[in-house]
Amino acid sequence: MADIQRIVMANIVKDGYTGSIDDYRKEGGYTAIRKVLLEMKPDEVIEEVKTSGVRGRGGAGFPMGIKWGFVPKDSPKPRYFLNNADEGEPGTFKDRALMTHDPHMVLEGQIIGSFAIGCNVSYIYIRGEFYHEAKILERAIKEAEDAGFLGDNILGSGFNHRIYVHRGAGSYVCGEETGLIESLEGKRGWPRNKPPFPAIEGAFGCPTIVNNVETIANVPFIINNGGAAFAAIGVEKGTGTKIYGISGHVNKPGLYEFQMGITLKELIYEHAGGVRDDKKLKAVIPGGVSMPVLRADEIDVQMDFDSLVKVGSHLGSGGVIVMDETVCMVDALLNLSVFYAHESCGQCTPCREGMPWMKMIVDRIEHGNASEEDIDLLYDVACNIEGRTICAMGEAGAWPVKAFVTKFREEFVEHVKLGRCPYNK
Amino acid sequence: MTTEFKKETLEEFNEIVKRYPDKQAATIPALHLMQRDQGYITDEALEYIAGLLDLPVSTVHSTVTYYTMFYREEMGKYVIQVCSTLSCYILGSKNIVEHIEGRLGIKAGETTPDKKFSLIKVECLGACGTAPVIRINDDYHEDLTIEKVDEILDNLK
Repeated sequence: MADIQRIVMANIVKDGYTGSIDDYRKEGGYTAIRKVLLEMKPDEVIEEVKTSGVRGRGGAGFPMGIKWGFVPKDSPKPRYFLNNADEGEPGTFKDRALMTHDPHMVLEGQIIGSFAIGCNVSYIYIRGEFYHEAKILERAIKEAEDAGFLGDNILGSGFNHRIYVHRGAGSYVCGEETGLIESLEGKRGWPRNKPPFPAIEGAFGCPTIVNNVETIANVPFIINNGGAAFAAIGVEKGTGTKIYGISGHVNKPGLYEFQMGITLKELIYEHAGGVRDDKKLKAVIPGGVSMPVLRADEIDVQMDFDSLVKVGSHLGSGGVIVMDETVCMVDALLNLSVFYAHESCGQCTPCREGMPWMKMIVDRIEHGNASEEDIDLLYDVACNIEGRTICAMGEAGAWPVKAFVTKFREEFVEHVKLGRCPYNK
Repeated sequence: MTTEFKKETLEEFNEIVKRYPDKQAATIPALHLMQRDQGYITDEALEYIAGLLDLPVSTVHSTVTYYTMFYREEMGKYVIQVCSTLSCYILGSKNIVEHIEGRLGIKAGETTPDKKFSLIKVECLGACGTAPVIRINDDYHEDLTIEKVDEILDNLK
């Protein structure tokens, strides 16, 4: 078990696997749901998931079993389970593949999670752009209904469950769980103050669990093999496998699932084929663009939650963006600053005002209209956003600025001194 | 242009509303249906949707103006959305935008006078492993080169 490298992409990589319900069942799919519904109590399911140690794969890394355990047992209200398929963190493209190529694994995990918290109606909140993926999920839901894994009295257990697909409509912040809930309810995706946490008061005022697609897809394996078996994979506090999505200047961009703890260096050079055109590596963002960038000399780091924290970054979503020596770091940060200024939901002043200010300052530096003090001003603005907003978007926009300025300060200074971008051909 | 759902769409809408414990949750699905059928969302369409959902028009207005995928004015038959965020950017999305601008004779954010094409720059489309990426209406086109972009546009009638 401990040498298992693939869990959620185990089926997808097999030749001829289509993701149909028949293919999924041939690979042992929908056996976990039978075990859960016919042999286990909801609390036992939650305990198994707690034992597995599986942490959220969407970015925040919160332990899934502990989250499920927060739902009050005595609440008379309905409960909701929301599958977060918003996949909006730039650099992240894994959930789309799971939903497209193995939708039933995702559904089975979702049904089990819903059973564990006593939920009869759950939703998949999928980003609006994933129109075809939404259709694939709807077809898979129909297949699961026809096979008796969704609907009333599933497998004679007395448990009723329905899953609906809900498309978003273009908003980064809707990937934040309370923004997602507001959006599901038909409103602007404005994140909520916490507490109350969604597990107490979430969608429609009821106890709600929000989990990421990849996290949910691990559930059938955990049930079939036991939480302890899952916990034996990967590293301490980073159990199981992770999909690493590698994009940018590598020879073989794509999705790579490995045990947590594989090094970033091995991922880039042994699996993703190394840097394109034999160029020199300059920088790597390890977990989606909000996570602090690493310099080329910092990539000998294990890709798990704690190891990346030790080098000042985070695992995030596992979306790795590789940049070679041709990339201007000021220009790259400008690109990200435009993104954050555009995506701020406008609710909190530090983010709504600060993100465009950071964009303007980076723009001045990139185009040679800045002084050296502007570099410190930029850093200062970032520090004044971080920790002062309702949701983590404040950190998401501030961290890249702080990391780029700290780790590549000489490039910012060079722009100021030259009065232009040295990379501008 | 009518501002009401046609009969089949209304039936679709009535099925969707049943999925939620609160009608307001059908706001975004209703807006998607309206845009699918009519191309964009007029003020009259907002009033109609607000009526269906028993909501003040201002509530639906607040929602529709928040989301970038909803269009408030007529767009081209083909809406070309060029992903411009980092992975696509460092692999040439800027060249793609400039090429399409030159080919269509419009700037990003504009629609051709014959209403055939609109060109917009969008934030991350979530397909970074196959960058650079564009989306035309509901379809993704990935691993692009300028030649491939031309081929795709040549085939849009």
